[in-house]
Amino acid sequence: MTKSFGKLAAVEARLFLREPMAVFFAIVLPVGLLLALGLTIPGFRDADPSLGGQRFVDAPFTAMMVLLSVVTLGLSVLPSSLVIYRERGVLRRLSTTPVRPGALLSAQLLINVVVSVVATTLTLVLGHLVLGVPLPGSPLAFVAVFVLGTLTVLAIGLLLAAVAPSSRVVQGVGSTLMFPLLFLAGMWLPRPLMPEILRRISDFTPTGAFGQGLMDALGGHAPQPLHLAVLAGWALATGLVAARLFRWE
Amino acid sequence: MAIITVDHLRKTYGTRVAVEDVSFSVKEGEVFGIVGRNGAGKTTTVECVAGLRTPTAGTVTVDADLKEQVGVQLQECSLPDKIRVGEALALYASFYSRPADWRALAAEAGLDLRAPFGKLSGGQRQRLSVALALVGSPRVAILDELTTGLDPRARRETWELIARIRERGVTILLVTHFMEEVERLCDRVAVISRGRVRAVDTPAGLVARAGGEQRLIFHTDDPVDGLRALPEVASVTVADRNGTEVTVTGTGDLLSAVAAVLPPSRTRGLRMERTSLDDAFLVLTAESLTGKEES
Repeated sequence: MTKSFGKLAAVEARLFLREPMAVFFAIVLPVGLLLALGLTIPGFRDADPSLGGQRFVDAPFTAMMVLLSVVTLGLSVLPSSLVIYRERGVLRRLSTTPVRPGALLSAQLLINVVVSVVATTLTLVLGHLVLGVPLPGSPLAFVAVFVLGTLTVLAIGLLLAAVAPSSRVVQGVGSTLMFPLLFLAGMWLPRPLMPEILRRISDFTPTGAFGQGLMDALGGHAPQPLHLAVLAGWALATGLVAARLFRWE
Repeated sequence: MAIITVDHLRKTYGTRVAVEDVSFSVKEGEVFGIVGRNGAGKTTTVECVAGLRTPTAGTVTVDADLKEQVGVQLQECSLPDKIRVGEALALYASFYSRPADWRALAAEAGLDLRAPFGKLSGGQRQRLSVALALVGSPRVAILDELTTGLDPRARRETWELIARIRERGVTILLVTHFMEEVERLCDRVAVISRGRVRAVDTPAGLVARAGGEQRLIFHTDDPVDGLRALPEVASVTVADRNGTEVTVTGTGDLLSAVAAVLPPSRTRGLRMERTSLDDAFLVLTAESLTGKEES
């Protein structure tokens, strides 16, 4: 059983690496954007009083790129591969073997976690080496927020996969959801610059809480309990509903 | 010794009855066919046998571990486009405690290990699917419509693969609507129509049930009325066109009996036709359309 899970995860990993779009959007794009914009847009590397004196490339931009990678994986890559597997009868076919189809789901989750860790590590290390972005001031807090946030986003992806009738729908819904969620996280308008009411709304969204938690941890602060609670609440709620509604065929 | 026993199986989806009442049993080592028109309940029946569906009523007994020892090839079931043949076979082999040699299986099925699934032809996909059903060294293989949609050549290649598998003693449950497939591969067949079994027999037995009639067709200028008196002859028809084409139907050794009265040298273009399995299938399923059952 463990042997076949390892084999399943290895095959799933190879399949992931053969999807150029997934690799591009989950790894190359976030790291590339950070480096390219960080190096070319002059204001990004100047201390900005509206951001509390830090540079935009430091905590705000870096946190958004980590978020971009996780959200791409959770809202697009994970749900569409699961729905395609269901559509093609792969999950059903597995249920006739000694391996439970749940093993494929676990392998998919594992791959997505590993890829988000790789993308985040690359973002932090290359940002540090090329742009002088400080490494997370509170590494433990960063890991905690990262793990909780990633689980939350993947749980939302599972919920999408559970309710979507087809792969076309899940791809459409996933990318439609990504924009407001990234906006509310501060992708285009950093949270410190948001109007009070918008920031308040953002606090209660999974990506707003995740983004702020990452920024806090990168800047060496403890994440706010509110944001941790919001993430845990979303993870629990979406995860439970997904588990109830998930269909293998 | 029956390895599969299906007893008064019934399966409904809401108000729709997919399988009304199906019973049959399959002996170990047998190639057992399930034939019927589209929507007759064939797939539902074998999916109940495979444990993919729960019967509404009746019982299905399989004398083998369903997961370990029953290999399944499902209709409309595919793999990720980018997975390679060798990867898929090695992966599925890893699921079982006593897997077959997957490289040998691939060679037998004529598959290139490095080919990605998305680039395989329909016939190659079906053969991979059969290989995946066999990769756990099953005692029973369930194959659902494995040649539907294949061109005649791909179909023949798939049949050759199945013929080789049967030699290993694997019990095969084969769903099909091709009578030629039944004739070539099956030891026994259950004919299913509207969710009910119409007949369970050998292919030859089915032909006999449907009348097993023979027809002799020839041209002659001699009188043929004397043929009607022969015990083997059921009817003699003379076509009007030129008054020379004669059709004689009957049973038993019809040809010898006719030849004794009318020497073949007095006939032209003599040919003989028998009821085919196709005819038998139509007769057996047509009966049910006018028969007692109406669901």
